[in-house]
Amino acid sequence: MDDLIRKDRMPHIWCSGCGLGTNFTCYLEALRKSGLPLDKCVIVSGIGCAGRAPGYTNIDSYHTTHGRAIPFATGLKLANPELSVTVFSGDGDLFAIGGNHFIHAARRNIDINIICINNFNYGMTGGQFGSTTPLDSKTTTSPYGNYEHPFNLVYVAAAVGAVYVARWTTVHVRRLANSIQEALLKKGFTFIEIISPCPTNFGRRNKLGEGLDEMKYYREHSVIKHFIDPKEADLTLNGEIIVGKFVDIDKPTFLDNQPDLSQKQDNKVTKT
Amino acid sequence: MPEVGGIFIQMEDEIASMNAILGASSAGVKSMTATSGPGFSLMMENFGLGIMMEIPTVLVNIQRGGPSTGLPTITGQQDMMQARWGSHGDYEVIALSPSSPQEMFDFTIRAFNLSEKYRLPVLVMADEIVGHMTEKVIIPDKKDIHLVSRKKPAVPQEKYLMYQPEEDLVPVMANAGDGYKVITTGLTHDEKGYPAMNAEAHGKLIKRLCDKILNNKSDIIEYEERYTEDADIVVLTYGIPARSAVRAIKDARQEGIRAGLLRLITVWPFYEEKVAELAGKTRALIVPEINNGQMVREVERCARGRTKVIPIPKFGEMHHPEEILKVIKEVNP
Repeated sequence: MDDLIRKDRMPHIWCSGCGLGTNFTCYLEALRKSGLPLDKCVIVSGIGCAGRAPGYTNIDSYHTTHGRAIPFATGLKLANPELSVTVFSGDGDLFAIGGNHFIHAARRNIDINIICINNFNYGMTGGQFGSTTPLDSKTTTSPYGNYEHPFNLVYVAAAVGAVYVARWTTVHVRRLANSIQEALLKKGFTFIEIISPCPTNFGRRNKLGEGLDEMKYYREHSVIKHFIDPKEADLTLNGEIIVGKFVDIDKPTFLDNQPDLSQKQDNKVTKT
Repeated sequence: MPEVGGIFIQMEDEIASMNAILGASSAGVKSMTATSGPGFSLMMENFGLGIMMEIPTVLVNIQRGGPSTGLPTITGQQDMMQARWGSHGDYEVIALSPSSPQEMFDFTIRAFNLSEKYRLPVLVMADEIVGHMTEKVIIPDKKDIHLVSRKKPAVPQEKYLMYQPEEDLVPVMANAGDGYKVITTGLTHDEKGYPAMNAEAHGKLIKRLCDKILNNKSDIIEYEERYTEDADIVVLTYGIPARSAVRAIKDARQEGIRAGLLRLITVWPFYEEKVAELAGKTRALIVPEINNGQMVREVERCARGRTKVIPIPKFGEMHHPEEILKVIKEVNP
């Protein structure tokens, strides 16, 4: 896998016990196994811990602004449909500041893949709560417990039109890699949520232990329920984690639906 | 767009539009977006990303009055300083200002050419009047249009560095899918495109981003001069007020007043040298703008007190030539 990493960028910035290294490895493994031509594969991110992944990936990589990876990726894909474009970013980036872009790209069925690392807080900036933080969780900006209702990301993704929706945790390395591979090869807007430990911030403040303890928790509390209504897959601070594949449908993409005006194009050419 | 083999997408907001055109250009096509007023504010965030990643693209702002929702579909030139400084950080921009529908066409092509040559988003700062005006436009044959495209890497992938400048300080751009393993970030970066979080790397990068424009001002700056050789009074203008100013100086000449015109076509970078030169040989520089006085500050800065600088602010409508003529007559001894 070494050739898929920019080795001269190591060591990475991720904390000890963070799930990102494992999640990233699953992505690279899926990329390799997908058989896609690597020169045509692009990785795009916004800002945050997960957002650093493109900088470590030895393919075309774009580390854009906070929340804006999806519209940037949309531009890449529409300008060159041969590209396989994947957005690898965090929950705060994709669903708080970038939430509007997510819902509209899914609605349009732009043929891109979204991998969302959900660690339930803004890890890079000191552990503030965000749009996925479970009720009652403690973060630097919710010291008395979070009183905002969180998003259920797989439910959101399914509701706004994603053709492929799955959730795994960092402990599900084989299933996760297979799922990413499946998404990479799927046409249309795909979404994979990865529940991932952040022992430095979210884990510590909520007494979830070290990264390893969180991984044990995932193993013991994850329940695979393929194709259940994602509405039933809400996450809570100390509850079970429903994982699996919830949506896998086919429908025309934004580019499939472009009007065929080749006849008119010919007219245009002869006219000028 | 589909009729000419292009793609049109109406994004959810102007933040997304700006990013989509940056992404599209990164994949190797020419891309543009257009907006007015509040949309320009939303685009400013990632206008900065385009400056930092050095992505060629074109952004058209048909100015109206502001702040906020302001004056939809009524004219203004109130975003001239936002064009210059609207995104955070230190950088130089290129902005062109058309005074007619023909120039809207011609300058948009020039904006694309400049963006490809200097690798940055280029601004076309028009206003509502030019935007809504109906006038004869000559669209030349495609073969007669001069088009510039970005430099492509000529070295193998192992030797290619994303941000290694050439002699003109502009690095060669590899597109996504070209096999060059592009690495780019909005963070301060080194010549490889790797994040470099230190003062030295930052200074080096920002200096180059500014100097690639400032060192090439003679290539970038375009302007129009009328009767300035012997002028006592020069009307300095850009965009739609230039049309009134032309009439005003002609009328002034009829009355024996030695009035002249300097019309900025390239508004940014500002033509400091020319303004300084005119300041040294005129009685007054008159600056009509459809705002409370924005570019006039630049004029004052370059004039350094050597001539009288007189703004003619205007809101929501263009100047009548009489209004400009009146000021010319007031300063004429």
